[in-house]
Amino acid sequence: MSRRAKLVWLAAALVALLFPLVAARPTWQNTAILMLMTAQMGVAWNILGGYAGQVSLGHAAFFGAGAYVSTLLSIKLGLSPWLGMVAGAGVSAGLSLLVGWPCFRLKGHYFAMATIAVGEIVQAVVNGWEFLGGAVGFYLPLQEKGFWGFVFNRSKLPYYYIALGLLAFSLLVNWAVARSRTGYYLRAIKDEPDAARSLGVSLTRYKQTAMVISSALAAMGGTLYAQKELFIDPGSTLSTSLSIKMALAAIMGGVGTLAGPVVGAVVLTAIEEASRVAFGGTGRGTDLVVYGGLIVVIAVFQPAGILGLFASRRGPARAAPAEAPAKEAA
Amino acid sequence: MLRVREIAVSYGRVPAVHDVGLTLESGAIHAVVGANGAGKSTLLRAVAGLNRIARGAIELDGRPIHGLPAHARVPLGLSLVPEGRHLFPRLTVERNLQLGAFTRRDAAEVAETMAQVVEIFPILEQRRTQLAGTLSGGEQQMVAIARGLMSRPRLLLLDEPSWGIAPMLVAKIFETIQQINARGVSILLVEQNVKRALSIAHRATVIQTGRVVAEGTAAELLQSDLVRQAYLGM
Repeated sequence: MSRRAKLVWLAAALVALLFPLVAARPTWQNTAILMLMTAQMGVAWNILGGYAGQVSLGHAAFFGAGAYVSTLLSIKLGLSPWLGMVAGAGVSAGLSLLVGWPCFRLKGHYFAMATIAVGEIVQAVVNGWEFLGGAVGFYLPLQEKGFWGFVFNRSKLPYYYIALGLLAFSLLVNWAVARSRTGYYLRAIKDEPDAARSLGVSLTRYKQTAMVISSALAAMGGTLYAQKELFIDPGSTLSTSLSIKMALAAIMGGVGTLAGPVVGAVVLTAIEEASRVAFGGTGRGTDLVVYGGLIVVIAVFQPAGILGLFASRRGPARAAPAEAPAKEAA
Repeated sequence: MLRVREIAVSYGRVPAVHDVGLTLESGAIHAVVGANGAGKSTLLRAVAGLNRIARGAIELDGRPIHGLPAHARVPLGLSLVPEGRHLFPRLTVERNLQLGAFTRRDAAEVAETMAQVVEIFPILEQRRTQLAGTLSGGEQQMVAIARGLMSRPRLLLLDEPSWGIAPMLVAKIFETIQQINARGVSILLVEQNVKRALSIAHRATVIQTGRVVAEGTAAELLQSDLVRQAYLGM
């Protein structure tokens, strides 16, 4: 990581840590929490979609797995949602193995389409399954249970810092993956799958590794969502529009970059909240219009995302030789 | 060492190779020559496992390998240098080479192989930390061949090594192929540059529109009317 990048990260971390102390209004804090949560989802998605280049449009299934597993364990067994978060990540990773096995036989657009189907299937199953709350969903008991109970109703502040912590953790995982051996196998697979294959790299194995990590992180975001909202149903945790949102945060900011999903989430959430204020309750669905519009704009004008606007010098084709080692390390 | 038994390969419903067979003796350079679109690369990709065969068999040391996925063929001693290089552009030359040794777990010996390939291509020493995407065509071809050698293959599959490189460098590349062969690596060479290919090969197969039209020693083929008229313009 370059010195400048480190400074920017440090500054962003400071701003994030101090923000709620400066901006005390609950609506601002709520918006900030949404930004952090969206960023975390985007980071999770980006490991599979950005680094491994496997565009999933069914990631809500993994997010939902986290929300449902921790909620069920909490309601039925009284288990702490923190343990539920770990269990949810495990279940989600297991689900990703089941999903990956057939889906990774498909390439490119076909993979993306298959993941849409997976997302829809999971949503349909949960909708029709009484044990999982059906279409009604679950209300989580609203009582202050402190940190271990993961319910805070006096102030949103704890959620803010938990969301920030989870985002930091996800970024750390992403950073570690990107600089690991697996990270450069993933880059190799994304850029030149046939060449990687003919060097002995099993594509399925590394795509699956990326998917396990990605889905586990998405599930952790799901648990946080459930604990913050204290209500989950298929529409809010399993919908395809949520899957698209996860992808869009990463794509908008800059696919396959560490900071991309964070930048994308901030901008995306700001636009969403603005449209919510502008259209109010009548505008349920305006978010979809916004997503659709953004996808078109990004695809046509800025495929490298917002970060691409600032980092045009870092394109691989134009990279100056002397800079190469530094970038490789970053 | 390699035996291709009457294989057929199609892209969707479009057949590219019909009943092509060839036998490569251990230690030999075997060239597959023919015009653009004749099915040479398809044949090579089938041997590497990147294309599925519809009929026939591919045997390495008498063992059928056509059922194995591409990545599982590498540990058996097979390595492909693809047409158009297909380097990993965002990785350094060194990382590209390391990826070539993906299947090997012997770190110390990998370093030794790295030293050997740098000996073959001295320019790589200077380019080590440069991103592969920033190299010239000729240098990229060298990295591609070097990367292919990093798995210490017994059989190197070379697809159009003269593709897109300066004519001056073509001679150098072909010389290097002979050097590599002299180190005991068998080579299956697919090439449009028929004259060059036949000048370094021991045996060759001529393919036209997906079928074998001639087969023999390179010297024989260089003298044959078919090759002289169709490919050498004599």
